[in-house]
Amino acid sequence: MTTTSPLSRRLILQAGAATAVLGAPGLLLAQPKPIKIGLVHPVSGGLAYSGGQSRMGAQMAIDEINAAGGIKSMGGAKLEALLGDSQSRPEVGVSEVERMQQEGVSAYLGCFASGIALPATQAAAKYNTPFLIDVGASDLIVTRGLKNVFRFKPGFGACVDDAIVALGEINKAAGGVAKTAVLVHEESEFGTGTAKLLAGKLPGINIQPLETIKHANPTRDFSNVALRIKGLKPDLVIMSNYQNEYVLLARTLHQQKVDVAAMFSVLGGGFNFKLVQEQPDVALNMMDFNHWYNPRNPKAVDMRKRVEAKGGLFTFEVYLSYTSIMLYADALQRAGSADKEKAIAALESSTFSDHILPYGPTKFVNGQNQGGKGALLQASRTDINVVWPDQFAAAKPVFPRPKFS
Amino acid sequence: MDATIFASAAINGLLLGGIYTLVASGLTLIYGVLHIINFAHGSMLMLAMFGVYYLLTKLGIDPYLSMLIMVPGMFLLGYVIYKGLIGRLSSGKDENILLVTLGLSILIENLALMFFKGDSRTISVSYSDRMIELGPTLVPLPKLIAFVVSLALCAALGLYIQRTDIGRAIRAVAKERVGARLVGIDVEHIFAISYGIGLATLGAAACLLMPMFYVSPTIGHVFVLVAFTVVVLGGMGSFLGAIVGGLIVGLTESFGGLLLGESLGQIGISLIFILILLLRPSGLFGAKQ
Repeated sequence: MTTTSPLSRRLILQAGAATAVLGAPGLLLAQPKPIKIGLVHPVSGGLAYSGGQSRMGAQMAIDEINAAGGIKSMGGAKLEALLGDSQSRPEVGVSEVERMQQEGVSAYLGCFASGIALPATQAAAKYNTPFLIDVGASDLIVTRGLKNVFRFKPGFGACVDDAIVALGEINKAAGGVAKTAVLVHEESEFGTGTAKLLAGKLPGINIQPLETIKHANPTRDFSNVALRIKGLKPDLVIMSNYQNEYVLLARTLHQQKVDVAAMFSVLGGGFNFKLVQEQPDVALNMMDFNHWYNPRNPKAVDMRKRVEAKGGLFTFEVYLSYTSIMLYADALQRAGSADKEKAIAALESSTFSDHILPYGPTKFVNGQNQGGKGALLQASRTDINVVWPDQFAAAKPVFPRPKFS
Repeated sequence: MDATIFASAAINGLLLGGIYTLVASGLTLIYGVLHIINFAHGSMLMLAMFGVYYLLTKLGIDPYLSMLIMVPGMFLLGYVIYKGLIGRLSSGKDENILLVTLGLSILIENLALMFFKGDSRTISVSYSDRMIELGPTLVPLPKLIAFVVSLALCAALGLYIQRTDIGRAIRAVAKERVGARLVGIDVEHIFAISYGIGLATLGAAACLLMPMFYVSPTIGHVFVLVAFTVVVLGGMGSFLGAIVGGLIVGLTESFGGLLLGESLGQIGISLIFILILLLRPSGLFGAKQ
């Protein structure tokens, strides 16, 4: 004979399931919603390398923040990266912004290229969603009155101003050997805008621009450009190009033994550790005014080691994206909410100073951080050193550089 | 502008055209036989260039020496891809082949992006910066070598197609597929061989390009449009057309840059493309349909 227990196995299972279902909302309430950050970077196409570097820096910051317990004022809310790919094309950048909006994004980070950042920020402005510019040199990005756009690093206007001061000082210290320059730039907003600003300001430090040469992306051969430069016999060649053309041009000028006091660039796309590693003869003594980490900040030095230990290169994209995420996290912490209005207000009043760049605390005016400064860098045979300003310099500038013959 | 600069621009243009010739010769061969545009041409060039890069950086094999590995390697890859993939998926339809090569190019490029990352790489060899005086200008030795070897390889390929049994079979299949099959030629085998030879030329081009250029997953785009222009200009399927077309495009690019500026100068290549399509769709040496 079988006796039926009042607490059958089925009943216990049903009770357990009911408890799980009824208890779940409580559990869900205890876990704050993740804050979605849309990373709009060009991880494929011609700018894929820089996009990948930016993504790596952003992801490092997100992982660090989450590992340290998330945004504390929001109950430990975690950050979640929505990965986007602009494919190095402005229209795809815009469609990524729209897609992420549908997915409930709280803020965007991007876009490496000014040409992508301009329409992408405009698209995000429709939804008043904060957009942090990690890399994107054009000053148009922050001068169109868009309240949602914030750029931590200096734009090409400020970079050109500081580069001109740096060049003027080192030229003066060398007895004013450089009197003329040829500018070579790529044809998009970045190269054209930078070259135009430079050409206007060089006479102020007694350097006359002889000619401005624009080139397409891609350019397969710079022989004619080198020939033209040789004919003009300038004291300086000043370049503003993206990575591939930067390397090709530098290599051609080196091969053609173009004797100049310096090959100088502002925000040079190809001036990085890879150039030094792969083409040490070409890179030797090249100068670039660019974003750089604070070499005297132990956190920055540690981060460089971590990136290099993974086989990566500690390029400016990595630490600018990293810092921009940290800046947003700081704003969330103070706002106590991912609400767009509140986050924008917190960014506007930001005095974020716990970062790894040689800047002071942030102070945003119309979305542009006022304290951002670049540094003048020079390649040695094995490394890249800061040579200006003095307070961060690790080496003296080699200027003018030794002649070929 | 003085004559020296013109002469230098002419030399630079011709040297550049030599490389375009080699990249385009494989494309024209594949078109001539299979009657399709190989959309995977650029990504295969990229793959070959990465091959040369790693042969040097990992095994220390000089790029020119690596031709002994890359040419047969790429031939084999082409043969296998045709036999295993393109031939099977095409079901005998030309438009299917077109789509398969397009799909292949997207796949290869994205896999390259995943494995090699998006950065550009260059190599430095002892002769990278050696310059040769050529008339009024100095020319990097790798560029001169690339020009000479490219034209020599194109000529050798032309002779191979003209004089050997395989070459005759390729020409027969190109002209009359059904007839070739009737006289006992294994048409599928010839298709695969043609595709293999097309890719082998890219293996050679990669070895010649690497000492003076960079490689990245998107490098194919830099050359493939030019290669298409060369093929259209010279006549689809014509080797002589590839040589002449390559040199004309090289000269156009060089003089365009000199006279119109490096930015606007590249418009010349697109102009040639449009004009040829309008005025002589079969190209300079192409057979009239």
